[in-house]
Amino acid sequence: MIQFDNVSKRYPEGHDALQRVSFRIEREDLVFLTGHSGAGKSTLLKLIMCMERASGGQVVVNGQNLNRLRDRRIPYHRRNIGVVFQNHQLLFDRSVYDNVALPLVIAGSPPRETGRRVRAALDKVGLLQKEQRNPIALSGGEQQRVGIARAVVNKPELLLADEPTGNLDPALSAEIMSLFEEFNRVGVTVLIATHNHALIARQPRRVITLHDGRVVQGAAQGSLSG
Amino acid sequence: MSGRKDQADRRVRPRRDSGAVQSRSTFAQQLRAWLENHRQGALQSLQRLLRAPLASMLTWLAIGIALALPCVLFVALNNVQQLTAGWDGAARISAFLSDGVSATEGLALAGSYGGRPEIAQARYISREQALEEFRQLSGFGDLLSALPENPLPAVLVLTPSLEASTVESLERVLEELRASGKVELAQLDLQWVQRLYALLELGRRASLALALLLALGVLLVAGNTIRLAIASRREEILVIKLVGGTDAFVRRPFLYTGLWYGLGGAVVAWLLIVLVLLWLDGPVGELAALYQSDFRLAGLSVLDTLALAWGGATLGLCGAWLAVSRHLGAITPR
Repeated sequence: MIQFDNVSKRYPEGHDALQRVSFRIEREDLVFLTGHSGAGKSTLLKLIMCMERASGGQVVVNGQNLNRLRDRRIPYHRRNIGVVFQNHQLLFDRSVYDNVALPLVIAGSPPRETGRRVRAALDKVGLLQKEQRNPIALSGGEQQRVGIARAVVNKPELLLADEPTGNLDPALSAEIMSLFEEFNRVGVTVLIATHNHALIARQPRRVITLHDGRVVQGAAQGSLSG
Repeated sequence: MSGRKDQADRRVRPRRDSGAVQSRSTFAQQLRAWLENHRQGALQSLQRLLRAPLASMLTWLAIGIALALPCVLFVALNNVQQLTAGWDGAARISAFLSDGVSATEGLALAGSYGGRPEIAQARYISREQALEEFRQLSGFGDLLSALPENPLPAVLVLTPSLEASTVESLERVLEELRASGKVELAQLDLQWVQRLYALLELGRRASLALALLLALGVLLVAGNTIRLAIASRREEILVIKLVGGTDAFVRRPFLYTGLWYGLGGAVVAWLLIVLVLLWLDGPVGELAALYQSDFRLAGLSVLDTLALAWGGATLGLCGAWLAVSRHLGAITPR
């Protein structure tokens, strides 16, 4: 699903965010990406999203070599990836429903289909009752669940999460985590960048650890967290 | 590396069986979605403008005034032109023939001048015809019958052709007539009509220049307002781009906003023009009445109104396009 071959990313200021990173994540896997802050987790996710381009090596996502993806095609690439952000990236000028519907509206899904899918996604994260609320009126955990609903509403094959539990207490974190596990069970490939070790320790999953832009652990298939 | 590239190449083609929405939709569905997108973009951008009525009204006023100014000038010029439209017939050469010139000679003269390119029409009016016309038009018929003989000379009336004649060529005709010895008095009437037309043409050019400048103004007003709108909706643009919104999708609401600004401005301009015309109508009517004229100010025709709306909308759209193409590209998720 995701394949990095000797990927390097050097920012114009000269900072090397990633250096010769290689790994491969299979379909329907759930993998953690960890490392100290500044280790390159966010850069790695941005490369997958095509928010940044690799300076060297190649990134292949869902069969698409991103080095060859034209700028014009980037939006269509992103429609196949659900992303959950630490700061939710919700829009406070519209309802929960409209926030979740956004990816479907963008993709041009028919209104009835949109309604059905949005409600299904909100039901999944337990927020069906709050679809008409403004997300600003929700708690942090609820906002994050809205973000998750939006990430999965168009049934992406790949789900990325950048510090999804960053601001949440352990109970809420566990709740969020079990949502990811549920999606993974129905076949979604999930990559979670986090430095929350309690989250990682919940069950044995593969962990890719970055240190100063290099993979120091978990590059090989089948390596599980202890 | 090359081996891996090849391997990757074979997988470049997007999977058709993926669960993503866009890969399953037919062309008709896509078209419907596109239309729906446009409908929503148009509607939502209008609603957004109406939610901030004061700010929107200011922009509409600014655009409206800029559109109204050249339009009022054009309307004024049109009216003056309409008022003077009948006058070019008066710019003609009247040659009063000597008493000794017979009717046959007079007709021959008319025939020879009528054949010239700079003369559209040459008419010979005999003394009898002149007397008859005078009797009918002047109301002095009784007085004329009291005279022992017809005091009026025969006249050759030459109407210059508007396209082929110049003041110089007409002066030449005048000289010839004077030199022919058959003419008592020859005069070119109403050179001032031509001067008036020249002035009108100047006015038209000036208002066109003004219109172009003000159009540029409208473009900038719309562009700048859209630029601010883009800046204030930065977050939204970022999120839309993150979840797969194309540039066209991001652009659309702003272009519609520009369109609404332009259209609203055109409506304001139309109202302003109507108000100005209403305000002037009374005095103009009174003035015309003093000259026994039933002249009335002509307003904007339906076609003019449509042109105004179209012009406003186009300018708004173009202004928005300028702002969008300059500023949207700079907003990319990082």
